[in-house]
Amino acid sequence: MASDEEPVGAHPYIPNSGRAVREAMLEAIGASDIEELYADIPPSLRLGRPLDLPAPLRSEAELVRHVEGLLARNTSTREVLSFLGAGCYAHHVPAVCDEVNSRAEFLTAYAGEPYEDHGRFQALFEYASMMGELLEMDVVNVPTYDGFQASATSLRMASRITGRPSVLVAGSIGRDKLSKIRDYLAPDMTVELVRFSPATGELDPEALRAAMTQDVAAVYVESPSYLGVVETRGEDIAGIAHDARALLVAAVDPSTLGVLRPPAEWGADIACGEIQPLGLHQHFGGANGGFIATHDDPRFVMEYPSRLFGITPTTVEGEYGFGDVAYERTSFAIREEGKEWVGTAAALWGITAGVYLALMGPQGMVELGEGMMARTRYAMDRLAEIPGIRLPFAGSHHVKEFAVDLTATGRTVAEVDAALLKRGIFGGKDLSAEFPELGQSALFCVTEVHTKDDLDRLATEMEAVLR
Amino acid sequence: MASPSGRPVRIGLVVNPIAGVGGRVGLKGSDGAEIVARALALGAVPESGARTVRALERLRSEAPAGSVELLAAPGPMGEEPARAAGLPARVVGEIAAGATTAEDTRRIARSMAEREAVDVLLFAGGDGTAADVLAAVGTSVPVIGIPTGVKIHSAAFAVTPEAAGKLAAMAARGARLRVAEAEVLDLDEDAYRRGSVAPRLIGYLRVPQERRLVQARKSPSPAGEALALEAIAADVVEGMEPGRGYILGPGTTVRAVAERLGVPKTLVGVDAVRDGALVVADASEDDLLGFVGDGPAAIVVTPIGGQGFIFGRGNQQIGPAVLRRVGREHVIVVATPWKLASLGGLPLRVDTGDPDIDRSLAGHLRVTTGYGDRAVCRVVA
Amino acid sequence: MSEPRGTEPHGAEPVGAWPIGPKPMPRRFHQARWDEPIIFELSQPGSRGVLPPPVEPGILDAVGDPAAALPNSVRRPRSPALPELPQLHVVRHYARLSQENLGVDLNIDVGQGTCTMKYSPKVNDQLVRDPKVADLHPLQDASTVQGILELLWRLERFLQEISGMDRVTLQPGAGSAAIYTNVAMIRAYHASRGDAAVRDEVITTVFSHPSNGACAKTAGYKVITLYPDADGYPELDALKAAVSERTAALLITNPEDTGIFNPRIEEFVRVVREAGGLCSYDQANANGILGITRAREAGFDLCHFNLHKTFSTPHGSGGPGAGACGVTQELAPFLPVPTVELDGDEYRLDHDRPLSVGKIRPWYGIVPNLVRAYAWIMSLGAQGLREVAETAVLNNNYLMQQVLRIRGVSAPYATGRRRIEQVRYSWEELARDTGVHSEDLGIRAADFGTHYWTSHHPWVVPEPMTLEPTESYSRTDLDEYVAILRRVAQEAYDDPEFVRTAPHASTVHRADHGPLDDPERWAVTWRAYRRKTGLDAR
Repeated sequence: MASDEEPVGAHPYIPNSGRAVREAMLEAIGASDIEELYADIPPSLRLGRPLDLPAPLRSEAELVRHVEGLLARNTSTREVLSFLGAGCYAHHVPAVCDEVNSRAEFLTAYAGEPYEDHGRFQALFEYASMMGELLEMDVVNVPTYDGFQASATSLRMASRITGRPSVLVAGSIGRDKLSKIRDYLAPDMTVELVRFSPATGELDPEALRAAMTQDVAAVYVESPSYLGVVETRGEDIAGIAHDARALLVAAVDPSTLGVLRPPAEWGADIACGEIQPLGLHQHFGGANGGFIATHDDPRFVMEYPSRLFGITPTTVEGEYGFGDVAYERTSFAIREEGKEWVGTAAALWGITAGVYLALMGPQGMVELGEGMMARTRYAMDRLAEIPGIRLPFAGSHHVKEFAVDLTATGRTVAEVDAALLKRGIFGGKDLSAEFPELGQSALFCVTEVHTKDDLDRLATEMEAVLR
Repeated sequence: MASPSGRPVRIGLVVNPIAGVGGRVGLKGSDGAEIVARALALGAVPESGARTVRALERLRSEAPAGSVELLAAPGPMGEEPARAAGLPARVVGEIAAGATTAEDTRRIARSMAEREAVDVLLFAGGDGTAADVLAAVGTSVPVIGIPTGVKIHSAAFAVTPEAAGKLAAMAARGARLRVAEAEVLDLDEDAYRRGSVAPRLIGYLRVPQERRLVQARKSPSPAGEALALEAIAADVVEGMEPGRGYILGPGTTVRAVAERLGVPKTLVGVDAVRDGALVVADASEDDLLGFVGDGPAAIVVTPIGGQGFIFGRGNQQIGPAVLRRVGREHVIVVATPWKLASLGGLPLRVDTGDPDIDRSLAGHLRVTTGYGDRAVCRVVA
Repeated sequence: MSEPRGTEPHGAEPVGAWPIGPKPMPRRFHQARWDEPIIFELSQPGSRGVLPPPVEPGILDAVGDPAAALPNSVRRPRSPALPELPQLHVVRHYARLSQENLGVDLNIDVGQGTCTMKYSPKVNDQLVRDPKVADLHPLQDASTVQGILELLWRLERFLQEISGMDRVTLQPGAGSAAIYTNVAMIRAYHASRGDAAVRDEVITTVFSHPSNGACAKTAGYKVITLYPDADGYPELDALKAAVSERTAALLITNPEDTGIFNPRIEEFVRVVREAGGLCSYDQANANGILGITRAREAGFDLCHFNLHKTFSTPHGSGGPGAGACGVTQELAPFLPVPTVELDGDEYRLDHDRPLSVGKIRPWYGIVPNLVRAYAWIMSLGAQGLREVAETAVLNNNYLMQQVLRIRGVSAPYATGRRRIEQVRYSWEELARDTGVHSEDLGIRAADFGTHYWTSHHPWVVPEPMTLEPTESYSRTDLDEYVAILRRVAQEAYDDPEFVRTAPHASTVHRADHGPLDDPERWAVTWRAYRRKTGLDAR
């Protein structure tokens, strides 16, 4: 990388970089040159040479050409048929979602007061309110970074609330999420996995009962699970947890809540999950937000590390004001005595998810859920017809993802996916390293964007590849 | 603190009419008839009446009609400012004609609290007046201070006269105001006049809390403060060793430690505990020497009086002899982050009366600010 | 002409002056005030905003309605009580709310000190809407995402050069997440040397971001905080008293949030490293020192950057941002997985790192913001970054000079010295004189189309205001901002009540914060509000 030469004139992003303005301002503050302003930085700390960076592309045209040149070496999911999921989903993103989160006022604001920035407070309050309806819970946080963080924080909250150090986690959890949870819960909490039934893919309540102790703060279950299976024994699981005075933490996919019963109604004390499916593009895994929801019990509310926006009156009747609820539980207010920490997370995505839910409305969410279930079932049935393919959890309920076992075909998932790739298809995620007990299995994702032709083509190509 | 629905809130008003009269003419305070006379001769105009009127005008404008029953001390001590502010008031108490005295303040305040059973006592003056109110009512009734004096160190005062009126109006509206203890400080007048500021803690008043209305650099809400105190107490108690005697100094932060142990605490005095039990309450220096004996001991103190003194202001019972026996390494200083922040970079201080002990305490020490949290602060003699 | 105090009287004279008169300074701003209901109140049963694609007959014929087969304990019994709006109403509602929000694009946003509210170039926003960024799945075969992998790899190398560190990860979700990542790596490092039990203390300063202490605490450390001396610097002697064989790390910001650069930072680092601790540099305030001084030269083991601060990615009303951590070679094995590697001319993701702290988030980082940061650096180059830093510091010192001419304000500490990226001011004198607090002044500033931030808690500087102009604002912008502050401060002296009851020309009026701390009244959702107020008919 070469260093560049002296530029001519002011840079478009730096109004005061022109020589005349600079000199006038230096004179105004009585400094002879810029160096004076850095007098506090001792010579031993100075870099003393220009940074070794590529020559700048100061014109917009050059910049665009360069970046587009790099991006040209990507193939997007719009150009191929993709069945990838595993926590990042290709749902349709309504145009209005992109419109709202491109608006400069939302995009370039940050941390103003609920006066000049009233709009984002109301938009986030509305997001939380809509999530509250989806989840049938009264308290929903301003989004945290992502669903992994939401799960990890929910478990720490449970530990603080119960005063107990350990958690029992459904064994079907994705290994990346488990890694995050293990790291985040260290050093003072322990994580133990509870086996899932090899026949159904669901958490085994008897195994849970056997693993339960008085040290358990929470049982953690996901529905649908990472493997795509809907838990049908939620009430039993809640009973086992509550009998031992532990809490139930349930991670759910909000795009499925039009058709699946919200976890609060089967006994969850804390609901959490990822909002990416609600109006966010995939962005190479770079768009996430995590929700944490509870009932309106101060013992729970006081354990949230995130901001919570509440509605409040102003001095004018009928006017809605907003502000932080119980702000002083956060690290902003009381530093390290606060709960965990809070920082810049995912507000714009929260606003976007709110827009999505408002556009979809109750009927849209129902149709979304039912439609995904139908398409997924169709895909499962078509694939199950192919010789050598087995669906390990065929008898269980799925909404948008399912595992496909290729072991009997004698081919590895890697080989099959490579062959599918040549045919313009992104095949399912290889599960063989995470879940060796499932052999050569892959996780396929079907959403509302897949047509019957897409699913027929998947089956046809799969059959061709395996022949 | 909210009144039961329907009944107006009964507010008592006691004004020190000459508080602060020395301030504008540079005389630093107004205790003592001689100072007052000098001030008035210098052309000083007592301002406390005007500032009281400002507070009462705010109360009138913000309190719903019929929600306030105002009881006022006679003449310039309440009746006149109330009239000037357009607030009807029932006059309580009697004063002799001419200059009013601190004894008048105390007598009438006590009568309002005991005989008239006011819900809130609104008083106007400075630290000296707060001390008089303290002597009269203690913690029997919540108080709101209208700042009119020069020496306003006590947290019993609102930040401005209007803020005091607003707080009183909130009480009248039935707002749920938390009430917290506020330090009442007083200066050695003569030392202050000579330019040396060293407030002395003399007790605590109960003051309604509303963010931004009450004196002191940005203080936390009662919820935040409570969380911090619990955390500090948990840390200290967890570290307590069996068989070691713990001397607990005055102040609300140290009281949190006592509460966690479940023992009573003398708020402005020193207590001694061992193995979770109270051994000596409100100890003198001799009591402490006896308590420590030759055995292991420790001292838990917090900075008192807004100037960062950990020894020498309000806890002189923990004298040099006691400190010599306990040892510097067993001094546990506790303080919330807000208290440390309010020092603004100035160090903690010690003034035990023994320069050698003072020097041995100087340097840096760790202050417990939360559970597992410490701050390293400089201590100077 | 009378001073603007809210809604202007107009129509007093039939014909205006010609030419049209000059504009007053500060301007006669009024924010949009739509008095917009909560979206649920706009609901019209039966309305649809967007329709999901219907299931095709061929699928329905084949599988029927699998949802109907869900057991009752699992099937949602009633549709969720979401609002029902036609599409235009959704658009209008959010467009109105957006007008009730400011942003860098609208206001002279020098008031959010330490947030580095610089211009986020529109061209970068456009680039990330490309499907070849927006519609990539993270699990796609590496051969199909070489472009984005190369971009991430190059951005890592830019930040390595800017920080002087040996390896960089772009995974953290933002600054606090980056601090946590650094703490996790510190913990892993000491654990690998068998020191985990002994080294259980982390040292930080009160002028560093609260997340430094909070993340360390979350990770299991005891936290020791250094308070400033009377000159505003953390004390070296206090550090020496704090350091011991229990010290795991020093987490420090420099310049600190006051804008003061600690010239003895090398000594601070040396003291800690000699005791066996690691040093992590919170570079949230790096904007003023780009190309001038680096983490490397000061001896740090780790550092982090906020890409939504220094590197121009937009703040998103509170995220997403993006964070980056830099480490020395010694700490590289502990980096979170996966890392981006170049083998020959193929880019790939490496998950095989046995000493890694593991996953700190799903996937690889806030990719759209990483693309923006990359493009921003490419548009500036080394000379441009130098210009950014120097102009930001020049702007900051110019602004300080102008602000200090206002009655009632001061800049505690380092009197007479220059500041780097921001300045923390104090309105203590004005507050004492008028009873008006810093928060009130900031809220009154909203009536002129701007705002400012006070400080993190606790307020070591009383009645604080923290300003950070960055390089994005012109001299006239800074002059206008000062004019607003001067005006608001003057109002505090002339009519304190008016300032205390602000805002008067904003979206709403002063809020009552009482319910927000009261469990019986707080309402984080509309359903909770309706229930607690008895408005709920259900």
